[in-house]
Amino acid sequence: MGAAVFFGCAGIAFGPALALFLLTVAAEPLRVIVLVAGAFFWLVSLLLASLIWFVSVHLSDREDAKLQYSLLIFGAAVSVLLQEAFRKADEGLATISEDGRSPISLRQMAYVSGLSFGIISGVFSVINILADSIGPGIVGIHGDSPYYFITSAFLTMALVLLHTFWGVIFFDACERRRYWCLGLVVASHLLTSGLTFLNPWYEASLVPIFILTLLTGLWAFLTAGGSFRNVLKCLSCKGGAGREGRATEGVTAATRGLFR
Amino acid sequence: MTELSAHLPQFQHGQLTENFPDNHLSNTQESMASALFNTDQNDTSERRRHENSERRRNDNPDSETNGQPQNNIQQVVEQDEEEDEELTLKYGAKHVIMLFVPVTLCMVVVVATIKSVSFYTRKDGQLIYTPFTEETETVGQRALNSILNAAIMISVIIVMTILLVVLYKYRCYKVIHGWLIISSLLLLFFFSFIYLGEVFKTYNVAMDYITVALIIWNFGVVGMICIHWKGPLRLQQAYLIMISALMALVFIKYLPEWTAWLILAVISVYDLVAVLCPKGPLRMLVETAQERNETLFPALIYSSTMIWLVNMAEEDPEAQRKASKNSTYDKQAPANQTQNEDPEADDGGFSQEWQQQRDNRIGPIESTPESRAAVQALPSNSQSSEDPEERGVKLGLGDFIFYSVLVGKASATASGDWNTTLACFVAILIGLCLTLLLLAIFKKALPALPISITFGLVFYFATDNLVQPFMDQLAFHQFYI
Repeated sequence: MGAAVFFGCAGIAFGPALALFLLTVAAEPLRVIVLVAGAFFWLVSLLLASLIWFVSVHLSDREDAKLQYSLLIFGAAVSVLLQEAFRKADEGLATISEDGRSPISLRQMAYVSGLSFGIISGVFSVINILADSIGPGIVGIHGDSPYYFITSAFLTMALVLLHTFWGVIFFDACERRRYWCLGLVVASHLLTSGLTFLNPWYEASLVPIFILTLLTGLWAFLTAGGSFRNVLKCLSCKGGAGREGRATEGVTAATRGLFR
Repeated sequence: MTELSAHLPQFQHGQLTENFPDNHLSNTQESMASALFNTDQNDTSERRRHENSERRRNDNPDSETNGQPQNNIQQVVEQDEEEDEELTLKYGAKHVIMLFVPVTLCMVVVVATIKSVSFYTRKDGQLIYTPFTEETETVGQRALNSILNAAIMISVIIVMTILLVVLYKYRCYKVIHGWLIISSLLLLFFFSFIYLGEVFKTYNVAMDYITVALIIWNFGVVGMICIHWKGPLRLQQAYLIMISALMALVFIKYLPEWTAWLILAVISVYDLVAVLCPKGPLRMLVETAQERNETLFPALIYSSTMIWLVNMAEEDPEAQRKASKNSTYDKQAPANQTQNEDPEADDGGFSQEWQQQRDNRIGPIESTPESRAAVQALPSNSQSSEDPEERGVKLGLGDFIFYSVLVGKASATASGDWNTTLACFVAILIGLCLTLLLLAIFKKALPALPISITFGLVFYFATDNLVQPFMDQLAFHQFYI
């Protein structure tokens, strides 16, 4: 227990995010700034959603457990909608600042913005849990699931990746004015959040969320201009820099496709 | 307090000199001089714009006779402008990151210490600057006490700042130097000794006095040399970050809660006033320093590039190259003076105030297309290519200290714990980014505290009171949003 769980869960939750950050964002100052700006937008959306939830809780009966539960679900739904609204605001900012002359393209900003939302959302969800996992304690001693930490870590990883994919799809949909795409992104975010309400029935929540992650990843890959041929080219180390030849995952192939 | 000042008067005809006249003399370590400097961040873009305008002017006579080349010229000019914009954006982003990294490092050190060493969260009395206690019976009494504490602290800071400005104005450099040396001695030896002792206590490390004496002696002496004299840039930056972190930890330990938040709020207002008002002490300081064309005191400013001290000019080969370039320019200037065209129309992109300032300083020397062409025909040495890299941004140590105090207090006392800390961290970084953006727009000394501290305080109270219960409930049920 203790340190092993902490490092393991931290690695699971933030491994992909850290790798994506170090490989694609850390080297470019402009992308780092876009990352921090995206995190700021997400925080503001969370602030507003918490405000709404807080007000609704204080206006209601504190003793009624069922009411509080449904208010929490309502708060979560409002938060999801606000997150997407602020993603739109982030996209608006990106479109304004991207005037064809900046060294960062709209696609790259879409990816970085999605990654920023994912990282900050994942961090806020799981960091206190990770901090608690170091200290002494027994998981689920009151009858809850003993797999709390590891499932939280996996959910966080899925959420980080999902946000990245949603960012790419969202910006592209806004650019091409495909509003059904936008609606689909919002709906899938609501679906993901809704599936987590089924916790601790992890078969019903984790498995569909991961399937959703894979599908969304594929969709984002195709939106970013990736195709089966790109992946083959990547794998056979033909065309492009050497580091692209090392990519074997579809996800990294998609992100590299953004930077080609 | 905080200032951003642009490196205005040394830009002459495409030559960039290394003398940094934008001096900002900060006050004591306690009043935390925070200055954000833009040393030539925009000079590269100015120079390129200058070259573009010059090219346009040279090509204009052709446009009347032959319309065709004008399109190409226009394209060239537009392309240059695009590259110029792109480069400006890239260098601007680079400078932002050059400040993000040290600010983040300082905050990481402070938060790591707060979380692990319990000494800095233990209540062991208060400073004499905050004599009123906060352990009162009523909330009203506590509020009153904290307001009084904050008032006393801020008046101490104001008095110290004015004292520093007066000393600087009347050229009492020895007193200022002595003051700075005593402060950095205190920080580097005494406070770091206490810090080391507490870290050893936390991790139960057995240590003897002889080893500690050796460690502290070496740390302190190297620190003094790096900060007040010469040293590798990275080492100097590391030492400045460390002393900022130590100072922030002292504040976090000895300032009671409400007092700390009030002081943060009041000091950012004071910073705004002191730097932007015409009679503000810090603004007067910067202007005096600029008039005298002096360098900054390195002990109180974090610079992302080399600080060129006055006595370095003799040994430095780059300075000699620069000196020779200046002499070439001076020979050409008298020749060009006779060919002065209409100065108003052909001002070379310099504003009237800048020209007046320059005239006051070096005499009425105008630039003409011929002189500009002659200067640009000079072989550009490597100095001009590495100028953009060497131009950096300066941030006062007071900024570091107060940012770290905010984040450290958030991590020490917040019930939301890591969420609050991270929210404050992001808020401060965004504030710093916005401040640097304003610096790029206004190109003068700007306070770096107000925006960041405002965002930080808003996010602290909002996250601690609104977001934390929400996230807590969500985590309890393992809901994800």
